[in-house]
Amino acid sequence: MADARFFGDGLKYLDPSDLKGKLIAIEGTDGVGRSTHIEMLQEWLEVQGYGVMTTGWTRSNLMSKTIEMAKAGNIVDRWSLSLLYATDFADRLEHQIIPALRSGFVVLTDRYIYTAFARDFVRSADRTWIRDVFGFALIPDLVCYLRIDVETLALRVIETTGMNYWESGMDLRLGGDLYDSFKKYQSLLIEEFDKMAMEFRFNVVDARKSPEEIQDELRGYILPVLQNHKPTIGTETASS
Amino acid sequence: MTEPHILKTAPHPHPGKLIIVEGIDGSGKSTQLQLLHKWLESKGHRVFFTEWNSSTLVKETTKRGKKSKSLTPTTFSLLHATDFASRLYHQILPPLKAGMLVLADRYMYTAFARDVVRGVANEWVRKLYAFAIKPDMAFYFKVPIEIAISRLSRGTRGHFKYYEAGMDMDLSPDITESFRLFQSRILAEYDKIVDECGLLTMDATQDIETQQEHMRALVEEALHGYKPKRGTYGRRTLFWRRFEVSRSE
Repeated sequence: MADARFFGDGLKYLDPSDLKGKLIAIEGTDGVGRSTHIEMLQEWLEVQGYGVMTTGWTRSNLMSKTIEMAKAGNIVDRWSLSLLYATDFADRLEHQIIPALRSGFVVLTDRYIYTAFARDFVRSADRTWIRDVFGFALIPDLVCYLRIDVETLALRVIETTGMNYWESGMDLRLGGDLYDSFKKYQSLLIEEFDKMAMEFRFNVVDARKSPEEIQDELRGYILPVLQNHKPTIGTETASS
Repeated sequence: MTEPHILKTAPHPHPGKLIIVEGIDGSGKSTQLQLLHKWLESKGHRVFFTEWNSSTLVKETTKRGKKSKSLTPTTFSLLHATDFASRLYHQILPPLKAGMLVLADRYMYTAFARDVVRGVANEWVRKLYAFAIKPDMAFYFKVPIEIAISRLSRGTRGHFKYYEAGMDMDLSPDITESFRLFQSRILAEYDKIVDECGLLTMDATQDIETQQEHMRALVEEALHGYKPKRGTYGRRTLFWRRFEVSRSE
């Protein structure tokens, strides 16, 4: 039976009632500064005595190598790609996120299921299947969405890491070259994120602001979530 | 839960035919499929074969996960679905679209039976495979658990594998007993799936020849009106013609 803490058909073999910690997701497209802000949030929370665990997309022990290999081969179809992400997520959920929540940690997650929803939707125009697949995901206590417009995003990515095949959605053949493809692909993603922001009530943060302003806003959203959650002073601080 | 019948019940639109076998380990399904494969080829068909958990993309990962025993019911299920998706896309759909025959050793029903016994939600695993196509023929080789065990212990494999025996589920410290308990539960799930998904039940206690004859008769009937397609046919005729000409000189 569906449990209120799960997004859809939950983990039947697991009781979610003893998850004392808080699950906070930072969402947004590529290049909006998610990881920088998560680092700053972690430090801020740890100083206050909270146990903090961070986790990020494709970082599971089981899948990170497999996903890299699959992407390097460029042979991944829509279903396999989404299922690889789902497997990575499930591995982290059961081996990292849930144990940390059980110990009362604040879990900061760099991207969450909404990233998979957006990526699958722009490849399939179907929302049902991917949401069914991620039915076992826990509903986060808070989702902050770092929103950026595609013009600013393109400039930022060129200035920093450069545009790559997957961030440009080259598998979708949307444009003639990397730049055109990047803009079309990221526009589609942003459009879908904007829709989900309404549907799932994300807290939207304008990612074009200065890092200090963004960080203040994020902290402003997080504080109320932690109001009845006492710091776990004295327990070890885990990360990775 | 509002929509329990999310499985595709309509036949696939492709000109080829997809024939699959299901059953627990030791049911003899793979032997039967191999014999069918040879028979179909002898009748001039171009036949493609695909096997559960065999795609290069995830096979290594599954192996690694099994070795470190870090797989959970959900990651186990998702990895197999990834493998299936990859094989459907690369191995099953192209020959089917080209009008050829595809044989599959295990299909999504394996996941419906096994993953549910491992503990994932019944509805979830069915939704997970919503992208799959319905096979043209699905055989279920039904065998009592004791016969399967005696076949496996007599056979070349010699011992039961950790995950096949459901050792991850802590049913029993004895591997044979664990296999018996785990596979019995799978048999019970298969019984439900036979009705739900319309699998053809085969009596897998019969001898190999009897089962094979029965299977061939059913396949022959199902292929009535099917026109085989193969690309090398024309070229091959030409080759023999040339050969004959040179010999008669």
